[in-house]
Amino acid sequence: MKILVCVTSVPDTTAKISFTDGDTKFNKAGVTYITGPYDDYALSRAVELKEQHGGTVTVLNVGEADAEPVIRKCLAIGANDAIRVNSEATDSYFVASQIASIAAQEKYDLILMGRESIDFNSGVVHGLVAEMLGIPSLSPVMKLDIEGTTAKITREIEGGKEDLEASLPLVLGCQEPIAEWKIPNMRGIMTARTKPLKVVEPVGEGLTSTDKYQLPAPKGACKMIPAENAEELITLLKTEAKVL
Amino acid sequence: MSVLIFTELDNGAIKKSSLEAVFYGSELAKLQGTSATVLAIGEASESELAKAGNFGATKVLHANDARLAVSNIQAYASVLTEAVNTEGADIVVLAKSSLGDAVAARVAGKLKASIVSNVTALPNLANGFVVTRSIYTGKAFASVSLKSDKKIIAIKKNAVSPVETDASATVEVFAPALNDGDFGVKLIETHKASSTISLPEADLVVSAGRGLKGPENWGIVEDLANALGAATACSKPVSDLDWRPHHEHVGQTGIKVSPNLYIAAGISGAIQHLAGVNSSKVIVVINKDPEAPFFKAADYGIVGDVFDILPRLTKAVLASK
Repeated sequence: MKILVCVTSVPDTTAKISFTDGDTKFNKAGVTYITGPYDDYALSRAVELKEQHGGTVTVLNVGEADAEPVIRKCLAIGANDAIRVNSEATDSYFVASQIASIAAQEKYDLILMGRESIDFNSGVVHGLVAEMLGIPSLSPVMKLDIEGTTAKITREIEGGKEDLEASLPLVLGCQEPIAEWKIPNMRGIMTARTKPLKVVEPVGEGLTSTDKYQLPAPKGACKMIPAENAEELITLLKTEAKVL
Repeated sequence: MSVLIFTELDNGAIKKSSLEAVFYGSELAKLQGTSATVLAIGEASESELAKAGNFGATKVLHANDARLAVSNIQAYASVLTEAVNTEGADIVVLAKSSLGDAVAARVAGKLKASIVSNVTALPNLANGFVVTRSIYTGKAFASVSLKSDKKIIAIKKNAVSPVETDASATVEVFAPALNDGDFGVKLIETHKASSTISLPEADLVVSAGRGLKGPENWGIVEDLANALGAATACSKPVSDLDWRPHHEHVGQTGIKVSPNLYIAAGISGAIQHLAGVNSSKVIVVINKDPEAPFFKAADYGIVGDVFDILPRLTKAVLASK
């Protein structure tokens, strides 16, 4: 089985978000980059499926050279090789076009990625890639097993979940608990250094541009209510906050 | 040129978040001097669908083929694309949701449309077509220019406040061509909690964390939620421990909610939890630890024992009715 896992290199979930250059650029200073948490679930399940069924796992990132530590970590976790499309990930349509263009040549059985990136949170790249390739996509997937050429999938829906079956090839947006996150071991880290990482140039252009960033207005002070008067909260929510 | 709004139905009624999209799309149509048409797929009465008119739409296209009764991403995307072409629409508006995202993405692929998600305000048309969207899981906003002829806008839940009028919309039957190739994914079984309020759609949410000490203590959380008419939610550790189902987990890797009121009981407020709730209009934190980081993100706080406070709040809500 040939599996492609698309990963994002994103600011750590605890990173302080700020902007520079007159609020036109994200401020990378002091920010640690990690594999997108949802992408990590996708990669971990891909490596498990490879262990069960044989085959290969290729990691794909659309990003600049500073994404390479994240890509090497994916190789250390168990991917066989990696491709980096040498461009900033600026627009969902653009990113999907890069993935679809590579997937159209390589004919993967499964294309996995996180349900969304944690920087722009759009959650549309899997659907776009699938449409560009003319195959089904499902998200958010919380369970995935493969039997022959059939995928057995559990997808989260509002207020519950549903079990589905579909034939490969498929594009899936993943989330917990599809697999436990894998931590690279020393042998993985050593072999990752020499695994192939191919850099290719992007095709086409995006359809949107992000011109300016803004931080939300600072939160006002928290109004503390003494525990002995807790009931007063309900009055305040009705008369002051006007949410009840 | 017109605006087409994709709506989702729940038990024959247009979902609240979809009505927000109808209002947004209708206001956008006004800005552009055009009209707003709604697409509804699935079973619903004509009177229910005509309500889209209260939110500004002039026409509702109703696709109600038996094969579309169960939501199907590919088939819905084909139906929406056909509606866009039939209406000559150049902008599609919808509410962000897992179905909405999936359908919108495929339509963007079919139409080569620019797509922007988590949009929080009407576009600025002074210099192109620029929308404001939420990014970094609610920690910042970005201004995004949409540069293609066809545009798709997925709005964030509870970001617009619709104003209802008495106007009504005409309802037309829409019979799209269905393609067998769109029905390849087989639904085996649906597992859905019955009769609970949908968490992503809820105006009011009561959420609890490890401070509740065990799943057997959730009764006091549910009692307050029932008294308020709120949905229940939980923190990640609670869902990881299987005290509560995953679809109730709010946070960075769970559901992101943006209700009018979010009450957090016994949740310390890790940054990953805040990421899922920071768009809530009013946040109440109840925790026995006065140093809990959640108080910094809260509007109202009570330092106290959840086992004492929650039942008293429930009583106060019932007494005030």
